[in-house]
Amino acid sequence: MPQFDPAVWPPQIVWLIISFIALYFLMARIALPRVAEVLEEREFRINESLRKAEALKLQAEDAVAAYEKLMVDARTKAHDQLRTVRERADAEAAERHAQLSELLSKQVADAEARIAAARGQAVAHIREVAVAVTGAAIERLIGQPADATSVSNAVEVVLGGKA
Amino acid sequence: MASPLHQFEVHTILPIQIGNFNASFTNASLFMLVAVAVITGFLVQAMKPRSVIPGRLQSIAELAYEFIANMIRTNVGREGRPYFPFIFSLFFFILLGNMLGMLPYGYAFTSHLVVTLGLALAVFIGTTVIGFIKNGLGFCGFFLPHGTPIFLAPLLIPLEVMSYRFRPVSLSLRLFANMTAGHTLLKVFAGFVVSLGFMGFIPMLAVIGLTGLEFLVAFLQAYVYAVLACIYLNDALHMH
Repeated sequence: MPQFDPAVWPPQIVWLIISFIALYFLMARIALPRVAEVLEEREFRINESLRKAEALKLQAEDAVAAYEKLMVDARTKAHDQLRTVRERADAEAAERHAQLSELLSKQVADAEARIAAARGQAVAHIREVAVAVTGAAIERLIGQPADATSVSNAVEVVLGGKA
Repeated sequence: MASPLHQFEVHTILPIQIGNFNASFTNASLFMLVAVAVITGFLVQAMKPRSVIPGRLQSIAELAYEFIANMIRTNVGREGRPYFPFIFSLFFFILLGNMLGMLPYGYAFTSHLVVTLGLALAVFIGTTVIGFIKNGLGFCGFFLPHGTPIFLAPLLIPLEVMSYRFRPVSLSLRLFANMTAGHTLLKVFAGFVVSLGFMGFIPMLAVIGLTGLEFLVAFLQAYVYAVLACIYLNDALHMH
């Protein structure tokens, strides 16, 4: 086998050392740093993008929180306004109601007074009517006019204190 | 017909004699330089776009980088970072050595025991020196595993030392034997194709299958070599 011919060993070793050392320095100084540079650059970019995305996400969350706070504020404000309006309306309604009932009770009182007056008047007239009717009835019964004073007295007796 | 071992022969292309020492440029030397040129040229060319979103070539270069980086991360850990260029060079030098032998008129310089032993000795001496630098004389404790009863020490220490010293031998022999055997087998079957005439299609099919297998072996042996180098490095850095 040519591998075991000692004559070829020295050149093999010499050129192995030369080429391997050359390869080592080419890799360590030129080729590998270029690959590493690109890989680091990529990792940096990815991390940068992730960081940016994180910041944007936080911003978005802040915006959402602000929006929700705004919504809650607006809602409570609307509630407050609604309540004040309702309270004012209620107060107004109560006041009107009171005015109206006062007016109505006054009118009722007036009407009652008028009724009482009318009734007094009517009762007063009843006596005269009764005297007249009684006089007319007696005249029909006995054929001559009755004595006005006695008729009046008789009616007075019948009605008594009723009128 | 050429012998199946003819492919491993070393021809001098440019004779160089330094004193008594023969440092001639041979066909094996040529393919070593070709491997260096291919690896460096490919990486530099592929990384030229330097784009954040890689194209095809750049993806391959980055995958190669990540492949070795992961190998070191899992086998050695964070402390293995400074040795990354060495493991990277080792893996791709062996891979190219194996793969160039698969090309017609190519030469697999990893089929030479001197070459694989040279690389293995670099790993062995390097890891031993690193072990002593990182752990001081405490690295000698590596030869007596933790929790061993002291009366077993006289038996265990020579055994551990022996197994440690056989690391470069097993490392280099494995690669050398795999490459030599695979390529010889391919040549032997290829020789049958011609000599069997009409029935030559049977060894032809075998050669096709074996070629695929050889590509697998070429990758696998480079991987095994690099992983074992990582494991030895891990032993040196962490003593288990």
